[in-house]
Amino acid sequence: MCNLKPLNIQYLYSIYDQNMKNKYSIFSLIKNALSGHENWQRAWRDPEPKKEYDAIIIGGGGHGLATAYYLAKKHKLINIAVVEKGWIGGGNTGRNTTIIRSNYLWDASAGLYDHALKIWEGLSQELNYNVMFSQRGVMNLAHNLQDVRDLKRRTHANRLNGIDAVWLNTEEVKKFCPIINTSPNIRYPVLGGTLQKRAGTARHDAVAWGYARGADAMGVDIIQNCEVKGIKRNGDQVEGIETTKGFIKSKKIGVVAAGHSSVIANMAGIRLPLESKPLQALVSEPVKPIIDTVVMSNAVHAYVSQSDKGELVIGAGTDSYISYTQKGSHNIVEETLRAILELYPIFSRMKMLRQWGGIVDICPDASPIISKTQIKGLYFNCGWGTGGFKATPGSGDLFAHTIANDEPHKLNAAFNLNRFVSGDLVDEHGAAAVAH
Amino acid sequence: MFIINCPYCGERDQTEFSCGGEAHIERPKQPTELSDDQWAEYLFMRKNIKGVQFERWNHAHGCRKWFNMVRDTSNDKIQAVYKMGEKPPVK
Repeated sequence: MCNLKPLNIQYLYSIYDQNMKNKYSIFSLIKNALSGHENWQRAWRDPEPKKEYDAIIIGGGGHGLATAYYLAKKHKLINIAVVEKGWIGGGNTGRNTTIIRSNYLWDASAGLYDHALKIWEGLSQELNYNVMFSQRGVMNLAHNLQDVRDLKRRTHANRLNGIDAVWLNTEEVKKFCPIINTSPNIRYPVLGGTLQKRAGTARHDAVAWGYARGADAMGVDIIQNCEVKGIKRNGDQVEGIETTKGFIKSKKIGVVAAGHSSVIANMAGIRLPLESKPLQALVSEPVKPIIDTVVMSNAVHAYVSQSDKGELVIGAGTDSYISYTQKGSHNIVEETLRAILELYPIFSRMKMLRQWGGIVDICPDASPIISKTQIKGLYFNCGWGTGGFKATPGSGDLFAHTIANDEPHKLNAAFNLNRFVSGDLVDEHGAAAVAH
Repeated sequence: MFIINCPYCGERDQTEFSCGGEAHIERPKQPTELSDDQWAEYLFMRKNIKGVQFERWNHAHGCRKWFNMVRDTSNDKIQAVYKMGEKPPVK
């Protein structure tokens, strides 16, 4: 108690000022409304790169920005940069269907995805940024007897891992989501389904922006329009990156480049077990609330939810070949819509407004890689395939731990690169939910 | 989605074909002598190139024959198609 300083009003005010100046609240909203919303501070700076950083994150998507945020917050690594070739959140973070769930089969995956889900539950408060996390539930439908067996098994596995999951029979499915066609006469009838009530959706752009703002406030440099052109190595140690804004030195480089992970790996002279393919999504014209949950059907490949703006958000499948075109083929969309129409006849006259593709990096076992590499100081967070958005906070947290300590956290230890040598794969093809 | 010139059937829609991934990965001549690292390289590690890539395709809903293709993965433009066992016509 002898360390107590005399109260200094000005000192207290400066602390308050630092912490409250840019905090979003009802008061800041009123204050800015009264001044015509012309005095909002920009949410993050637009700095030029320094010559050297303690760590560099390649890729300014949700996972990369979350990594930077947790490096600064939990590991006190402040002198770091995120370099992004386009604009932040312009890749898969802004292209996914925003579904969040943790009902994966294996213990390792359950640990990983539920870690993320627990962070989601408090994320808006933590970031002081509304990510519009909505726990509206995710239902996975079964359309054949094998589906029923697999999904029931997954329900049991989930509950053993402390993840909420229930099995619903056909009537219960209909009750939970009345617009589903549960007639036994359709080509792939609904035989039941699983429900994870804690699962749901979030606004994907807000996740990138919230993490960017939080990281920037702690001093992280977010450098956009800065494409990586080369990785400089000195033997087994990384030295820095060549970029369109010049050479930037760093002994620790974390790559979070999704579909372009192999491109960066090739620059560093290593190979990854990835194939990059276009994955598509599409949204309809906005309509009044009609579906208040997320419904996924693995067997017929259809999944749908409704955004807060009223659009139906529909996820299609991947193309079967490697491509970096961010487009995707029409036949894939057609297959998905065919299944959607059989399951939801009420949507038959809906018009689709927009369709787009993102490049997803798919691992042979449909599980991600959050790992060190054979090169010292070079780390990869990739292989999220068709379902990385849900893991954004957990992925960033665990990757930050891996980079800061040069050792994986126990929750991502199983997701190392060496599993492709040891054979200890984490096969999640069943729970990955869309065609991998 | 694009048109593929099958070396046996001629021009057909891409949906008739299935892609077999990276071409010219040679099966190990003496599998029993391979280390785990070498197995991982053979089984899992891929170039996954953004740009000109050599790959195998199968005319699954046609003649069902395998062949090779040179394709630019950054714009999906096909540069050449050639039969199994033949040398690639472009570098």
